[in-house]
Amino acid sequence: MKIVVCIKQVPATTEVSIDPETKRLVREGVEIMMNPFDTYALEEGLLLREAHGGEVIAISMGPKRTEATLREALACGADRAILLNDRVLGGSDTFATSYALSRAIAKIGNVDLVITGKQAVDGDTAQVGPGIAAHLGWPQAAYVSRVIESDSKHLVLERMHETGYDVCSLELPGVITVLKDINSPRVPTLKGRLASRKASINIWNASAISADLTKIGLNGSPTRVVATRSPDARDKHTIILDGSPEESARELVKILKQRIKL
Amino acid sequence: MKIDSNGSEYRDIWVLAELVGDDIHRVTFELLGVARNLASKLSKVKNREEEVVCVVLGSGLSEESRKRLFAGYADKLIIVDDEALRVFNDNIHAAVVSRLVRKYRPEVLISGATSRGRSVMPRVAVEVETGLTADCTGLDIDEDSGLLLQTRPAYGGNIIATIKCENYRPQMSTVRPGVFKLPEADFSRTGVVVQEELTEEEKVSRLRVLEEQTIEDATVNLSDAKIIVTGGRGVKGPDGFKVIEEFARAIGGAVGASRAAVDSGWISYAHQVGQTGQTVQPKIYIACGVSGQIQHLVGMQSSDFIIAINKDSEAPIMKLADVAIVGDLFEVIPEIVKLVRRDDELKKAV
Ligand SMILES: Cc1cc2nc3c(=O)[nH]c(=O)nc-3n(C[C@H](O)[C@H](O)[C@H](O)COP(=O)(O)OP(=O)(O)OC[C@H]3O[C@@H](n4cnc5c(N)ncnc54)[C@H](O)[C@@H]3O)c2cc1C
Ligand SMILES: Nc1ncnc2c1ncn2[C@@H]1O[C@H](COP(=O)(O)O)[C@@H](O)[C@H]1O
Repeated sequence: MKIVVCIKQVPATTEVSIDPETKRLVREGVEIMMNPFDTYALEEGLLLREAHGGEVIAISMGPKRTEATLREALACGADRAILLNDRVLGGSDTFATSYALSRAIAKIGNVDLVITGKQAVDGDTAQVGPGIAAHLGWPQAAYVSRVIESDSKHLVLERMHETGYDVCSLELPGVITVLKDINSPRVPTLKGRLASRKASINIWNASAISADLTKIGLNGSPTRVVATRSPDARDKHTIILDGSPEESARELVKILKQRIKL
Repeated sequence: MKIDSNGSEYRDIWVLAELVGDDIHRVTFELLGVARNLASKLSKVKNREEEVVCVVLGSGLSEESRKRLFAGYADKLIIVDDEALRVFNDNIHAAVVSRLVRKYRPEVLISGATSRGRSVMPRVAVEVETGLTADCTGLDIDEDSGLLLQTRPAYGGNIIATIKCENYRPQMSTVRPGVFKLPEADFSRTGVVVQEELTEEEKVSRLRVLEEQTIEDATVNLSDAKIIVTGGRGVKGPDGFKVIEEFARAIGGAVGASRAAVDSGWISYAHQVGQTGQTVQPKIYIACGVSGQIQHLVGMQSSDFIIAINKDSEAPIMKLADVAIVGDLFEVIPEIVKLVRRDDELKKAV
């Protein structure tokens, strides 16, 4: 099975700021990590490779320093890593990002399965996985919490929704987006870490993936962030109830009654 | 689709309905209310009549449901009724919506930011080549340009961004359930029904839904809940969650959990709130035995009203809370439940 796992590098904190000029995230000097959901995507790729053979290719789009996150994927056991890196890819929204990633997947060739995280914790959109599927014309299953059965031609899986689960069969090639519930990611071995330091990462630019320049970067992005602000401050006044349990309960029920009526 | 001049061939505000079994999800009515508002504003800017169109994909939509959609401010229904649409299949649903969009050219297309909405809309956006803004909490029409102003939180709610889609149509967004008020229904309203067929080609999908497992328990559905009672590590174990569940049932809420509680195996992942769980925005959020680490806070800090019960008055959640109860949850919660059960007024309200 040839599996591509999409991995995004995200800020390790949510205390982020936006450049007032460019309206883009200030990435300088911010600590980074692998998007948490993508660690589960990677683990699921590794598990499927262990079951069926084949290879796991980690792919990311981002600035040069994203290499560090791809090395982490290699340390965990990914066979190789590709970084899409080009100035013209900067400022891509989910349409443009999923387009660029889909071009790279097409270039890799003969891919059976693409796995993405449910969403990135910075943008919180959950749109890139389905977007890749649509660009490739492949079927998708989003919010996958369990792979029940798998072979080289199809997966039987469980996807979660607000009031339960659907059991689905997905014919490959296809795309799945995964939840935390799906597995427990391994930690890299020392040997893996050492090897990942020396491994070479393929860097592809826009022409390497034969990208249509009208579909990538800021200019190829249909959406535009036109303003950003901090959320409205919460009413800072906290009512503290530190009496006996009976007293606190009585006070709280009074407050609850007011709130529920609102 | 990219527009060259002013895109005047695009018109109307579309709402993609969400069906739950034979019923219509509440968010559909919330969105019809918003759409009504947007349509009036857009009509003014463009100086022509803009309608609210509700697109319903399903099987066997009842007469009653149609009436409710008109009463909820739809001017027109586009109904695609087919057995193949009985279950939710992202691929089939997206193919149909994309075709309808190409045919009728709506100015705006919105759906609920539910797991289904968030699966199907990104596919449609790519298929018709336009932008999509995820999980919006505000929508408005710019009075000069007539463009849709889409407001959404990002970075765990620490930044609120306004997003436009100027040169592509339709302007698409998914909208968080529970953010907009349900409009008062008006059963005197009627409207037009347009029936569309599913093509044979669209029925073919490489994804098949084999089985649907619905959990009827209302304490599981976090995204529709107005009240959420969450337990953390302070709940101590699966038995402790019975106390949380009893509290939730007494006040008509759902049960949430911190990651620490889920990872300990005390309760299932479906309940997890936070960065690697769900983002929720109920009217009332009650955190019991939760410390309030940032990864938990980003999933619930937009709740309207936050109550925390914790032994430690210094826990971060106590600073965020509107009401901070310093105490042992095992002593305080039973007292609250007792009072709630005795209170007829409260019992009726929940
Ligand atoms: C990548 C990543 C993603 C994460 N995603 C999430 C996520 O989605 N959701 C999430 O919740 N966390 C998430 N976390 C974990 C988060 O950082 C915290 O570890 C977790 O939220 C702590 O859970 P807790 O508050 O239940 O436990 P603790 O931090 O241990 O807090 C327990 C609290 O209970 C109180 N307490 C104890 N006994 C009682 C009693 N009898 N009565 C009253 N109070 C009592 C204590 O004073 C304490 O404040 C994530 C972490 C990482 C690194
Ligand atoms: N720049 C990127 N490079 C690689 N994968 C990405 C990128 N952006 C998003 N993804 C993948 O898409 C998923 C959803 O991201 P998002 O739609 O941004 O919330 C992530 O969990 C990643 O697997």
